[in-house]
Amino acid sequence: MAARRAIHRLSRRPDLMIIESYQKLPVVYSCGPGEKSAVKSQRPLSTAKRPVNLDLSSIQFPLPALVSISHRVSGIMLFIGLIFLMWAFQVSLSSPAGFNTVREAMAHGFFARLVLWGLLSALGFHFVAGVRHLIMDMGHGETLEGGQRGAQLTIIISALLVVMAGVWVW
Amino acid sequence: MVINILNPGRNGVADWMIQRASAVILGLYSIFMVAYLLFNPDLDYAAWSGLFSHIWMKVFTLLALLSVAAHAWVGLWIVATDYIKPAAIRFGALLFVILALFVFVVWGVQVIWGV
Repeated sequence: MAARRAIHRLSRRPDLMIIESYQKLPVVYSCGPGEKSAVKSQRPLSTAKRPVNLDLSSIQFPLPALVSISHRVSGIMLFIGLIFLMWAFQVSLSSPAGFNTVREAMAHGFFARLVLWGLLSALGFHFVAGVRHLIMDMGHGETLEGGQRGAQLTIIISALLVVMAGVWVW
Repeated sequence: MVINILNPGRNGVADWMIQRASAVILGLYSIFMVAYLLFNPDLDYAAWSGLFSHIWMKVFTLLALLSVAAHAWVGLWIVATDYIKPAAIRFGALLFVILALFVFVVWGVQVIWGV
């Protein structure tokens, strides 16, 4: 039951649907040079003639799709940011001098504060978008309108968090 | 179902569950750390190392560290299999991810129990 619900939910992810439809394009199997024309002729004419739009800039993403993509991007940002967090974690706990090094960097270093603000912003967005996922898992806001409203709320709340994080860091 | 050499013995339902359980732990840990730092603006080394000398904080931090590894692995596996089509590059990227996460866990354990 949980599996069916998960798959059902996955099938409604707007950004994944694009990938899904991309994967439904005709597959050209690799083969020896002599066999090439034979394989080609096996492809149904309708799919061979189907127009393919590869100009991504002409595709309008709906808001929930943008939130979903941003959730992935912020996750990758947090993974890269782990190296900075681990550094701060180790050095701040190594000695009083190490603690002051991290404190000074957070208080005065431009690069350190930029990284900190970026990571707090990514964490804020990833957190809010993740909570939205959990709320949708419980069956709320799963309609087309609900998805739109949830995406709008995610952007508004996380924008507030990004500004608050900036005020905190600077 | 996608069969991948870097995803042995797992399936989408396990991933789905791991992702949510680790997300809850990481959410709680994030709220705790942000709240602690917000309410202690004049933090010094004694208080900071004192916090991590408690056994509950060591356990909580280790739990968060393992959750980061699991959560990042599931998330980046999905992203890699969606966007990196050449198998060799995808394999290399996922190998890098799992090595990095392994290093972070060992490194973190050393820091937690070094306090």
